[in-house]
Amino acid sequence: MTAFCTKRLLDQALAVLALMFCFAVVAGVARAQQDVELLNVSYDPTRELYREVNAAFIADWKARSGQTAAIRLSHGGSGAQARTVIDGLAADVVTLALAGDIDAIAQRSGKIPLNWQTRLPFNSAPYTSTIVLLVRKGNPKGIKDWGDLAKPGVGVVTPNPKTSGGARWNYLAAWAWGQKAFGGDDTKVRDFIAAIFRNVIVLDTGARGSTTTFAQRNIGDALIAWENEAFLVLEEFGADKFEIVTPSLSILAEPPVTLVDGNVERKRTRAVAQAYLEFLYTPAAQALIAKHFYRPRFQQHARAEDLARFKALELVTVDGAFGGWAKAQPQHFGDGGTFDQLYKPAR
Amino acid sequence: MVDSARDRAPAARQPARGESLAVRVVLIGIALAFVSLMLVLPLLSVFTEALRKGWDVYVAAIREPDAHSAIRLTLLVAAIAVPINVVTGVAGAWVIARFEFPGRNLLVSLIDLPFSVSPVITGLVYVLLFGAQGVFGTWLAYNDVQIIFAVPGIVLATIFVTFPFVCREILPIMQAQGSADEEAALTLGAGPWWMFFTITLPNIRWGLLYGVLLCNARAMGEFGAVSVVSGRIRGLTTTMPLHIEILYNEYNSVAAFAVASLLALLALLTLLAKALLEWRYADELAATRPL
Repeated sequence: MTAFCTKRLLDQALAVLALMFCFAVVAGVARAQQDVELLNVSYDPTRELYREVNAAFIADWKARSGQTAAIRLSHGGSGAQARTVIDGLAADVVTLALAGDIDAIAQRSGKIPLNWQTRLPFNSAPYTSTIVLLVRKGNPKGIKDWGDLAKPGVGVVTPNPKTSGGARWNYLAAWAWGQKAFGGDDTKVRDFIAAIFRNVIVLDTGARGSTTTFAQRNIGDALIAWENEAFLVLEEFGADKFEIVTPSLSILAEPPVTLVDGNVERKRTRAVAQAYLEFLYTPAAQALIAKHFYRPRFQQHARAEDLARFKALELVTVDGAFGGWAKAQPQHFGDGGTFDQLYKPAR
Repeated sequence: MVDSARDRAPAARQPARGESLAVRVVLIGIALAFVSLMLVLPLLSVFTEALRKGWDVYVAAIREPDAHSAIRLTLLVAAIAVPINVVTGVAGAWVIARFEFPGRNLLVSLIDLPFSVSPVITGLVYVLLFGAQGVFGTWLAYNDVQIIFAVPGIVLATIFVTFPFVCREILPIMQAQGSADEEAALTLGAGPWWMFFTITLPNIRWGLLYGVLLCNARAMGEFGAVSVVSGRIRGLTTTMPLHIEILYNEYNSVAAFAVASLLALLALLTLLAKALLEWRYADELAATRPL
């Protein structure tokens, strides 16, 4: 008799479990609708920045147009993200790490006009950044500048230039320092770059992966990182564990933004997508940009204490030192480019 | 039937003769240590990490809208993929077990394909087929159908990856039982569906149950293939495993482990359901399980 009762109870419990599952699924199908939805496909370190920018823009757009906007985000290595947009990810705007990746979308998918970079002020880059070195507290390996990364016994962490935009800036920054240090002697520059990559312990696909490897998993002596990413590590993990080393020379990184025309036409979102990108140049967004450790284009809109964190250093540009991304991309990162020639995993 | 099962039971439970107590203790100790090190410890650490900052933070992490939609998407994908694989798996196993036809061995090997192919390749194949630059890309874009980087792509990839579970579980049972019962039913005048529901299905139900549970566990936990076709749009195309990775990459490890613990709980719930069913139907199980 009792066995019979427990069995009935069990049957009921199983039925309830099955019902709960069905309800959860039905609840998943019914979802709230917004007036307009944008998809911003971005690179790795901008998660924290765009979370705040999006909230500010949604309020601003509501006040201006009465529409409730929702902005979806997708993050990953810049090159990999460009690849998914080429393969059909329906991005309304792309906010990537470098112009070369947006060029690739323009060339391969035809969804962006080739002159996209002239459509917004400052080469379509609402902020700049640069590449710095992050070391462990007290700088036990005595890393002062790019040259120290090539020394034997230094463990370097950087993402893979094939998939990560930040990694390409890292690579070119080191190259630019080498050109200056070795007086333009190409063979010595190549040896220097090869030596750095012999020291690379982990080659992640994206900048955030490298940061996690270095800061969370405690691997390596030096991380070549975005300036903003390095500051974020100090904020997340405590300034008592890491130190930022500003090299003598680095590269002016201009992460650009643009509309994906083919997608906004199809989704009829051009007006709001355009407003979203223009919003990045407003005082409110420029202040948020500085707050999240990116160098704003309009310094007058940022708080003084945010600006005070940025050290002055000599910066070269891709256009000045490398003849622009159209030339630098195939020469250094294309199939058989200098990275392919110089990177030989040692271990 | 019941009697014979009872007679067998004590014989099976007798310890193997010949080994001394010491050997047995050592062997059992090694097995226990291995299981606790490889299975129990990681599982416990998921829960301790998730609850490190207290119950409120844990609940907040799970109630967050993006986490909610990840949970819903995961359940939705499983709710579509598992039934489809049950139907196709049963049909496939039945065809293979009951009929001889040219290409039968090829079909058996093909069913195992998802096990042998890396999930990343699975994802990439779907991108090559349905991506904007893919074989059907132009047609899909023209008709405004989004498969890759949307829910249909995630469901397709999951179905592919979890396809073999049901079929592989019931195929040996069907082959071992042979077709005598079914032929008898047909001779006695049963229609094909009547035969299927009264003879075939009851005979395979335990294998089918295992297959469904395994299939479900993998469907909810699949990472590789789904990650390639997802596009990682937060709150829209991120399943629970992808959401866990995103949270971890945002230095939000408590939230990451909170969602991970939920995924682990879903898996444990699946196991619990299996254990309950086994216990509920223990006598039938003993009678029907092939030896």
